Order: sequence, then C-alpha cells, then structure tokens
Amino acid sequence: MPTFVRTDKCDGCKGQDKTACMYICPHDLMKLDKDGSETGHAMKAFNQEPDQCWECYSCVKICPQQAIEARHYADIVPLGGSVQPLRGSDSIMWTIKFRNGTLKRFKFPIRTTPEGSIDPYGGKPEADISKIEEPGFFVQCNGYRTGDPSELIKV
Amino acid sequence: MAGEFGNPEVVEEEVDILLIGGGMACCGAGYEVMRWADGTDLKIKLVDKAAMDRSGAVAMGLSAINTYIGTEQDPADYTRMVSNDLMGITRDDLAYDVGRHVDESVHLFEEWGLPIWKTDENGERFDGSKGMTPLKDGGKPVRSGKWQIMINGESYKWIVAEAAKKALGTDNITERVFIVKLVNDKNDPNRVAGAVGFSVREDKVFVYKAKAILLAAGGCVNIFRPRSVGEGQGRAWYPVWNAGSTYAMAAEAGAEMTLMENRFVPTRFKDGYGPVGAWFLLFKSKATNAIGEVYMDRNKDMLDDYPPYGAAAVPASCLRNHLMLKEMKEGRGPIWMDTVTALANLRETLTPREVKHLEAEAWEDFLDMCIGQCGIWVGENIEPEKKNSELMPTEPYLLGSHSGCCGIWVSGPTDVGAPTDEAYSEGIPEHLPKGWNWGYRAMTTVTGLWTAGDGVGASGHKFSSGSHAEGRLAAKAMVKFCLDNKDYKPELDTSVEQLVADIYQPVRNYLEHKDYSTAIDINPNYITPRMLQFRLQKIMDEYVAGVATYYTTNAHMLEVAGEKMDMLKEDAQKMRAKDLHELLRAWENYHRIITAEAHMKHIEFRQESRYPGFYYRMDKNFVDEENWKCFVNSVYDKETQKWTCFKRAHVDLVDKSKLFK
Repeated sequence: MPTFVRTDKCDGCKGQDKTACMYICPHDLMKLDKDGSETGHAMKAFNQEPDQCWECYSCVKICPQQAIEARHYADIVPLGGSVQPLRGSDSIMWTIKFRNGTLKRFKFPIRTTPEGSIDPYGGKPEADISKIEEPGFFVQCNGYRTGDPSELIKV
Repeated sequence: MAGEFGNPEVVEEEVDILLIGGGMACCGAGYEVMRWADGTDLKIKLVDKAAMDRSGAVAMGLSAINTYIGTEQDPADYTRMVSNDLMGITRDDLAYDVGRHVDESVHLFEEWGLPIWKTDENGERFDGSKGMTPLKDGGKPVRSGKWQIMINGESYKWIVAEAAKKALGTDNITERVFIVKLVNDKNDPNRVAGAVGFSVREDKVFVYKAKAILLAAGGCVNIFRPRSVGEGQGRAWYPVWNAGSTYAMAAEAGAEMTLMENRFVPTRFKDGYGPVGAWFLLFKSKATNAIGEVYMDRNKDMLDDYPPYGAAAVPASCLRNHLMLKEMKEGRGPIWMDTVTALANLRETLTPREVKHLEAEAWEDFLDMCIGQCGIWVGENIEPEKKNSELMPTEPYLLGSHSGCCGIWVSGPTDVGAPTDEAYSEGIPEHLPKGWNWGYRAMTTVTGLWTAGDGVGASGHKFSSGSHAEGRLAAKAMVKFCLDNKDYKPELDTSVEQLVADIYQPVRNYLEHKDYSTAIDINPNYITPRMLQFRLQKIMDEYVAGVATYYTTNAHMLEVAGEKMDMLKEDAQKMRAKDLHELLRAWENYHRIITAEAHMKHIEFRQESRYPGFYYRMDKNFVDEENWKCFVNSVYDKETQKWTCFKRAHVDLVDKSKLFK
C-alpha cells in the first residue's frame, strides 16, 4: 500500500526546504519536487520509491494538510478500500472503508501525557558511580527482578 | 567549502561515545548514558539514518510489549523459554540479564505516557487511557501470553524517542546520516577507532573518531526474494529499512559473529503480515488446514522427532512452522486462521458492549503495528467475525531480538555462573576471548565496539522492551570503559581521503559512465542498487533455502550459491548512485550482501538442520544433539574477504528440564 500525495491538498509545507513527510519517512521515500521536473507538480511532495514503502503511515499521520493517503498494493489488493487516520495529541481516529462500501470508525488512545511533556530525569536520582559495575540501572522503578538464586545452577 | 555531488564536504568530529542507530536500543542507551556521564566531560553523539521519532522496528507502533516478566515469574523462567524456542542453543547469561532488567524500562515507558491495558478485579479489560494503577505500583496488565502485555502502542516509538532526545539534547543528535563503515585503530587492528557515513540530505561525509561505539542498527530484511515482488515487496514483515548494517559493519571490523545460520520465518496473515499473537493467545483462535483440521493436533507426532524441544508446553516456533509446512507441501492448503469461530465463541459470554470492544481490539491489533493488513482486509472485504483469513510463512529474516538469535558475540554478566574458559579449542582464532565475559557488558570481541537489540546474538525474545534495556546495559559499560581509557586517543587505520573515496565510489561510478548509454539504467559499466538487490534475492531464494524451495538447501546448492555470491560481491563495487537516495540504497545493499554471505557460510558449516520449519539442510536433515548442540561462530577478514567458522561450547546456566515436566 504505497502512500500517495493528493495534488489538491499538498502545499509543499509552505515552501520550506524540507516537508514534514520528508522529515519523518524512515526509509527516505518522500521527496519535494521543487521545480515540478519530476512529477509535473512543482512544490509538492511525492513518494519516490513506492515499492519500498512499508506502509508505516508515518507520513500520513504527520502531514499537516492531511494530503497523504495510501492506495493498497496494486499487485495484491483489489481496489476500492481505504484506511485513513487522523492523529491527535492523545488519540487517533481511524476511518475504514471496505471495497463493498462498509464503513467502520475506531478511536484509540495513543498517549497519557501531553506531547513534549516528558521530563526524563525529573525526580530521578543521580547515578551512583560506585555501582557502575553492578546489575541495575541508575534509577530503580520497581521493575528489577531479582531472581531465585537457586535457579542459577553454576553459581 | 560547500560540498557538491561527487565532491562532498568532509566533516570530522571526535567524541567519546558514538551511538549508531536510533531505534529502541539506542534510545535506551541515550537515556542511560547521559546520567552516568553526568559530571564527566564525556562527549556523546547519536547518529540515525532516519528521524528518531519514527525510526527502527517500532516506527509504526506496536500493539503489545512482548517481554514483560512481572512479579509472578522468574528471570530463569524467561531464560528457559528463550532457550527452548531457539532449539536449545542460546546464551543463558544474556537472556537472564535481560530478564531481570527489562521491566525497569517498561515501567519508564508507562511513566512517560505509553498507555498499557489493565484488568480490574473482575477480570474485565480496559485500555491504557483509563488512569488505572500503573504496573510499578501493582497494576495488572492484560496478558496476551505468558510474557506479552497489551498496549495502545501507536505512539510507542514517538514516546520513547522523546525521552531519549531530551536526555541526549538536540546538539548531540545527528539525523539523516547513514553510517556505513567502522574504522579500526591504526595501532590495534582489534580495536575500533571511528565510523564514517554520509548525509542523505546534503553532500557531506561524516568522519567520527570515538573511544566507544554502540552499533545498534537493527536486523536484516529483504536478502531473500520476498513473496510479493511488485509494489508489495515493501510490505516486509520486519521493517524494510533494516538492511543488515549492524552485522555487516561489525563483521568487517573483525567482530566475532554467532549463530548467523539462524533465521526467522514468521507465520503471519498472508500478504499483509499482520500479527498473529493476539489472535492465538488473546482471542483463542485456531489455525487449520483447508478442511478445518488443526495442524498442530493432526501432526503432533512430528514434534516427537525433535526431543526435547518439541515436548515443551509451547513447542519451538520453527517446529510449529514444520507442522504447518507438511499441510502445505502435501496439498492441504491454504492454511486458515479461524477468526470466525474464535470471535463467535467469545461472543457467547460477552455483553453487547463487550462485543463492540472486542471488535475494536481486533482492529487495533493491526492498526497499531501493521496497517497494511487492514488494507488487505478492506480491499478483500474481510470482516474477521464473518470471514477467515489465510496464514502464510514469510520469506526468511535475520534478527536477534524477536524469535531469532543471529548476531554478534558479546560479553555477558559476571554474576550468573557463565563459563570463564572455553571447552572447545579447535579452530578458534587465538586473539578471541575465552569464556562468556571479558570485562565490559555487551562489548563485542572488538575493543571499543558494543551492540544491543538485534545486534546481540544467541539471545532472542528481547523484543522492543528488552532491546531498550540492553541499550541501557551497554551504555553503562561504555561510560565505565571511557573512564578507564581516558588517555586513549583513537587513530584511524585508513586516511580520511580514502574513506571518503570509498563511500562515494557509487557516485563516481555513475558520474564517470552515465553518458556512455542513452538509457540511464542500462549501462555495462555499472549496476543499479535495485538490480543488485534482485540478484542477491534470487541467489538466496533459489539456493539458500528461501520460499522457492520450501526453505530447503544442501551442500551442493550452497556451493553454487557461493560462486554466484563471489561475483555479486565483486559487482557490488560497480554499484551506481545517481543521487544521495540511491547512495543510501547502494550501501544498504552492500550490507545485505555481507550479511547474506555470513548466513550462507554458517548454514554450510553447521552439519545438521537445527531449525526445522525455518530451514532444512536436506543432506543433513536431522538435529544432531551430540555433535552440534554448540554455537557456530565466525570472524570475517576484510582484507582477504574470507569467513572462518568455528564451534564454541554451549553451557546451561539454568535447568532446562523444568520445561518438560
């Protein structure tokens, strides 16, 4: 299901050097056609290598114009269905359309804290350098599982 | 001076600790390393070929955390499971160490904002947004299996990356730079002194010197011809951007590799490769042949051929494939996941509200981590309560964090009874360490080089959480190493000029020859990375036990493959890159070739079929416990381009017989 960019919606991220989809694609697939020489559509993004698309939807979810959708793999999937998300700050809404017209909608939580709010070391102790060679991390979050020592048959 | 295509600007930088990769392992390392390095003057840098928010195997998200030990199980139980699933040959020290540390990372994920499903006192399930008691305070997760817990994981990577990025600081992170080679030390060939790569955005080559390097750039995908060869070839089960870079770069730097013969052939929903775990374990679905027979029951006698691994409550993953393949080969396919019966059974005891919730859970399982499978369901009008779905074993994958254990041989913990000497002596190169620990946790046999996640061999089933924890273990050891080696000054064994020339060779191939022919892709002087990849995939598929031969090979086929691979490797020097994007592909495919070659050499060396269902040496179609219950390890000589394979003894550190009572 390679992603594709709708010509009527993409604004090339308003003339910035890099688009959001270029920033995010883990496989370097999205490209901004600055002068239209590659697609005929200047200052719009496109998927430059659709058969390498993992369908991770990173570009679909990040696009500020909701200009990116997916057309299911042409070599596998019958035409007509679509799976489209709208990702918010704490949840994601999915609209799912079947080839036969059946529609489903789902909403799932995606995080319980505001985006950007993580304070990685807030309230956490300093590392105790005298313990650097012992098991365990600099901080204990009640998750270290001290095993039953009798299970270790060579100790 | 600003670089131009064919003449890149060279950026040189010296750091103490270099983290290569931006996935779960390097995010864990980034989080841990800054705290231990606080107050030292260690300089730290993370380099990712993509953007950390969505890089690595968790980019799309996940619907479960597959390794959470909990309070009710012992790290030794986990160690036993890992061992049996991988047919008895794993490093108990490494698995045990992951087992005792991993929940620490999971508790952080929840604190950072990852929604984790919970059950209330009546056993009803709730999604992770309901503010129920966190795991660290005794909240009860929803177990979809003995080790797995369900999450709302669309933003799993985004959340973990946010913590790592804030810990590291923006100045210490470089994205969109692809590291392609490690550089050994001028004064010590068994030491790493730096790494080089290029920007995929601008004409720049980066040359890093470092005292300690963590190489954690994922597993290897698409060295075998995938079942889908058109647009669908991108729909690999594991992320298509995992190109074997971890294995290839480590091998070229001289690191000892282990169990590179191991592979993973996941059985998944056909074509979309949607996950089956929740369907089997949470929804209690059965997999059947074409006429509705449960093949795990019908063929259960076949498990007796592989004692003791077939006798555990959960037989090894490869053996489950083995029983399914019999149905396919004997013409009783397709294989079905009976979703209709499973959901009907669950509906019998549920209220309408719970049924609606169940339907959402089934869809979320795919939408969180494998959206492409939903694409197939909508295109083929499949509603799982009305129509069953096909299952299929995929093309083979090489990895060390899932149900696979190929990778790099690393130093383990010292307090769990691991051997300090080596029982075998024959064929082990003298410069390699004896025993399973040599000073710094997770360091490879190359001084200064660490790995984590998919990079660590002989210990599978770490998954996302275990990879994060492993990155943290490596980070601690790297800080210690740097403090112990304050006066060491890395010196590269190759000139910067030569390194830049090597990296940009595909660009030069293109610029020198592009005008020879009128069609850019057809030129006798170079090969496109795309065609080179097809050639690799054809060799591996047809001779090295891909899907074309139902995962079978033999010594003769491997010999033919070897000849073809030698020529492919030569031709890799003639890959072209017409732009930076193609230079990325060229180097990814070079890494794939080295990884594929290791896989082939190891299968050739191991005179048995250790992983039936994943691959069969038809000339040695048995498991030989007496002679081959051992690690097959290897080193690669980048000068002669030859592999040396050898055995290392296997030792149990926990009692495995408990699995079979």
